[in-house]
Amino acid sequence: MTDKKALKRESIIQAALQLFSSNGFHKTTIPDIAAKLGMSVGNLYNYFSSKDILAQEIIKYTSEVLGEKIREVNMLDVSAKEKIHKIVEIYFSMAQEKPEMIEYFLRVYLSNREVFSDGCEGMVCVSGFITEIMIFFDDAVSSGELRNQDFFSAFGLFMGYLGGMVFLKGEGVLPKDISYYIDDISRNIYYALKA
Amino acid sequence: MDQVQHSKPKLLWLQSITCNGNTHSFLNHPDLFSILSHFEVVHHPVLESDYTIADLTALKVPCDILILEGSFVEKGLTKNGVEVSQMIAHYGNEAAHIITAGTCATFGGIFKQKDPKHISGFCFDHEQQTKRYEQFASKLISLPGCPIHPRWLSYVLMMLSRGHDIALDTLHRPVELYGYTVHTGCTRNEYFEWKIDTKGYGLKEGCLFYEQGCQGPYTRGSCNKILWNDTSSKTRVGTPCFGCTEPYYPKNRLFVTRTNMGIPATMPLGVPRRAYLTLTGVVKSFKIKRFSQRLLEYDQ
Repeated sequence: MTDKKALKRESIIQAALQLFSSNGFHKTTIPDIAAKLGMSVGNLYNYFSSKDILAQEIIKYTSEVLGEKIREVNMLDVSAKEKIHKIVEIYFSMAQEKPEMIEYFLRVYLSNREVFSDGCEGMVCVSGFITEIMIFFDDAVSSGELRNQDFFSAFGLFMGYLGGMVFLKGEGVLPKDISYYIDDISRNIYYALKA
Repeated sequence: MDQVQHSKPKLLWLQSITCNGNTHSFLNHPDLFSILSHFEVVHHPVLESDYTIADLTALKVPCDILILEGSFVEKGLTKNGVEVSQMIAHYGNEAAHIITAGTCATFGGIFKQKDPKHISGFCFDHEQQTKRYEQFASKLISLPGCPIHPRWLSYVLMMLSRGHDIALDTLHRPVELYGYTVHTGCTRNEYFEWKIDTKGYGLKEGCLFYEQGCQGPYTRGSCNKILWNDTSSKTRVGTPCFGCTEPYYPKNRLFVTRTNMGIPATMPLGVPRRAYLTLTGVVKSFKIKRFSQRLLEYDQ
């Protein structure tokens, strides 16, 4: 793919991400996305052959963006406690600055499973993100900072918590700015998982 | 002895701290006497040979190929009042080739556990070169294994008897034998690929890497290429590979896979963790019916 084509592809993903997140998957049409970008519907289909495939590419894209940021944390030579704080910061600042990314995950990916059942089974489309979380846990247990346990019991506690907070933010029920909660939530996660 | 026999390479099998496991393993070679017929066996711990233990300790035995079995200790192990280390030094100098047969002689192995500070392999202490390395490296061939497979030794002996060069890795192991992992040729490879763990020892189905402690994917050896008793292997019959050829053998808790939050603590040889985890995450997302079924429905 040429650079120009790759850029166009990414701009379609971002436009669709915003529309899907704010208007919902089913209410957003391919012509809506094309109109937002000022491109023809026919040309958009050159990049993505269906709305479902576009939706799947978006979840891969967001997973990779988030995974790349966590990967940077994994590379740091700091304690697991500090890494937890950084991951919470990343997650919440993404919810602030690019709310459509997290909204997409919560309101499109998790709520329209039929769209993702063929092509995004299980962890196929979110492996960019999950792999980095696995590496974080692996390092933290190897260094003796976190307690060894089943992956999902730890993962659920960490990511379920963060997802829940962002969901509450999206519903407009959090009395304070989400960044206010970073310190306490990081500490809660650390104390729940520490060795 | 006739003239022909004297022209054969003289083979001396010398034991240090050992359980005899390699000696006995080699006796299982189906072509044992055919192989030995290419050599003059000057001394062997259990086979009839030309020279006695008294000749051996008097340092009077001729030697072209020295096979060492057992862990090495500088002082305190004597035969007939002579330090074994002194005998090894003498015959090591005489020999054109030195084969360390077994993990004990090669890296220290099981018997190193008794006194880790003083007991080691002949030229390696785990992976570290010992002070003898420099002197003997040019003639050293490492054959780790607990025990060695009889055909690994016969491969080396026959190559030497024909004057062929043997390609070795940095720890002096023949690449032909140790360039593979034990995982290579395992009949459970499909289950490994699809991350299906076995439900118990001895079953035909499932992979032993995830729960049962199998070290095959990161252990060098050809157990699943050159089969034991020409028939089978540990992993094929449903027992985990214990990593017996590796420099740090033995590890503990051999029947349990060490994991961190469910992630194997040791990755398959040379595979980056990120690559492995990415692949695992994807593969685990699919349920393949064939791999969830018994191969033979004996119990139905």
